[in-house]
Amino acid sequence: MFDLVAFFPRAVMQSIPLLFGSTGETLTEKSGNLNLGIPGIMYVGGICGVIGAFFYEQAGASNGFLAVLIPLVCCLVGSLLMGLLYCFLTVTLRANQNVTGLAMTTFGVGFGNFFGGSLIKLTGAEVPSIALTATSGYFRKTLPFAESTGVFGKLFLSYGFLAYAAIAIALISSYVLKKTRVGLQLRAVGESPATADAAGINITRYKYVATCIGSMIAGLGGLYYVMDYACGVWSNNGFGDRGWLAIALVIFTIWRPNVGILSSMLFGGLYILYLFIPTGTFLAVKELYKMLPYLVTILVLVLTSMRNKRENQPPESLGVPYFREER
Amino acid sequence: MAKKNSGPVLHISKRDNLPWYGAWAIRGTAILLALVVCAFVTTALTGENPLGVYKTMFQGAFGSKRKMWILGQNLAILLCVSLAVTPAFKMRFWNVGGEGQILIGGLATAACMILLGDKLPNWLLICVMTVSAMAAGAVWGGIPAICKAKWNTNETLFTLMMNYVATQLVAFFVIVWEVPKGAGKIGIINQSTQAGWLPQIGSYKYLLNILIVAVLVVVMYFYLARSKQGYEIAVVGESERTARYVGIPVGKVIVRTMMLSGAICGLAGLLLVGGTDHTITTTIAGGRGFTAVMVAWLAKFNPFGMVFTSFLLVFLGRGAAEISTIYGLNHSFGDILTGIILFFIIGSEFFISYRLDFLKNNGKEQA
Repeated sequence: MFDLVAFFPRAVMQSIPLLFGSTGETLTEKSGNLNLGIPGIMYVGGICGVIGAFFYEQAGASNGFLAVLIPLVCCLVGSLLMGLLYCFLTVTLRANQNVTGLAMTTFGVGFGNFFGGSLIKLTGAEVPSIALTATSGYFRKTLPFAESTGVFGKLFLSYGFLAYAAIAIALISSYVLKKTRVGLQLRAVGESPATADAAGINITRYKYVATCIGSMIAGLGGLYYVMDYACGVWSNNGFGDRGWLAIALVIFTIWRPNVGILSSMLFGGLYILYLFIPTGTFLAVKELYKMLPYLVTILVLVLTSMRNKRENQPPESLGVPYFREER
Repeated sequence: MAKKNSGPVLHISKRDNLPWYGAWAIRGTAILLALVVCAFVTTALTGENPLGVYKTMFQGAFGSKRKMWILGQNLAILLCVSLAVTPAFKMRFWNVGGEGQILIGGLATAACMILLGDKLPNWLLICVMTVSAMAAGAVWGGIPAICKAKWNTNETLFTLMMNYVATQLVAFFVIVWEVPKGAGKIGIINQSTQAGWLPQIGSYKYLLNILIVAVLVVVMYFYLARSKQGYEIAVVGESERTARYVGIPVGKVIVRTMMLSGAICGLAGLLLVGGTDHTITTTIAGGRGFTAVMVAWLAKFNPFGMVFTSFLLVFLGRGAAEISTIYGLNHSFGDILTGIILFFIIGSEFFISYRLDFLKNNGKEQA
């Protein structure tokens, strides 16, 4: 009745954008920046990739390597610019992080939907809709033995390269945060910038670098969604609220990217569970099942705050701008 | 970063007190600069000259009597939500759940209209609608507040998640009450009897909403600036420790303020469902819960200032919609312009609270 072999790969594909987003946001938050602009950044990352691929396909070229590289670079540059903007406003100009983040989300979602909806009109191209099937084909290329290894191949090998990249990036981030000097210093910046400053750590540089790298990772989530999950078809608001879920996932994983791998799959599963639960004729119940990821997040949020263990707390100075002369 | 090798060129220090006209001059300059940038962006995308762009936007906002009423209505609802989130923000409680609180208020209103529409006299029905919408909003805002007060749960994310729970609840009931079956929407509720529709003043459909919100602005101003509860909110916002020390029950203040905040959001839901649209959809709040955060912050939590900031954002939205329609562009264009203006204003706050001194003799100081 419950088809696990069909369910699992779809849950994983749902989870990858969330994983990218939450890994990026974890790095950002470790530097003390609560970047609520992540949903916007993911839209920008996605649409920049689409724009790059669109022009490349319009030019009529079809080099497989370039077809992947160009959207990838466009996506990274777009989300990097968003990250820089956030840093400039919150770190250099010490603006309120919540307001800046929300403004970035408004801007980013608008940016994505605007260009997604108007790209054809603006460029005067003669195509009915943005469908980057060729580019998407390269992004979706699976490992060579995914077909021949049966159920195992379908469960573990049937994803595009960005999915494996997401897991690798999460593992690397986790290692860097926990085991290296850079990670230690980054955590110090997020926990107590004044102490880190006294120890000779360049606070501004750490905040900038962590937030920008975090934004670029999150932007990849948008790119994965468009190119792999949605098969290269941009639909306005199609990305939905995954950006917010990614931020929620950061808390769910208690700021550990490696935990994020499994928990994002759990979230991905909850996100699409309503498709797999038989509801009979009463279709409205499906809408209630869609609540599950949010309810679970709330539950975790409340439980972690109730238990109040020291190692499970957010970075001490999360959301607070640092100004040396205000100590 | 760039100035690393050349010694400090700038000295940044906190301003003691900038006179109010200085602050507004800086903000005004920022808005002006932003409008120039917006004009250039629009020109780049549509090819019209920058002045023409603003003429079009002006027409979109004020072009006809009907457009002006719509502007007024949008302004009223956005202002209502902004007023709702303000007390919470003054307390440093980040209520980004306005969206959900509006939806749940609207849902309660719609439920009363559908279930009690033919059972109660109209005046009683409207009373029941008002009470239940505000109560629903208060509960929706109160749940995160209780957790915040008891266990210090992160309120930003809690209220955010409550938005989606509310959205799905509305989606559920839309299917339960859909007319006709399978349409996927409710349609106009009580079209024939008009039961539960808020009364019209004369022939002006939106006037009642605007008047209610205008009264709310004044009430909220006095509540925050002159009442004991408003003072308690300010103290808790400035320093929770101080509040505790002087004997203010912090938890109680948090829950009370958030319930108030949610109740006013619920009222906005009532105005939307009962006063304007007479139906409910999952997108009825239209992102106002988030925009309101920025409106309130831009006005520095002053209810009268919010009239101007919400006007600015609504004007931009309506104007950009006009541009999108004329040039066949996507309607999200307004969000881009709003974003640009917000970035400028957010950035300008720095120049209001800090002073920059350019150091001339930095070459000598350098070792």
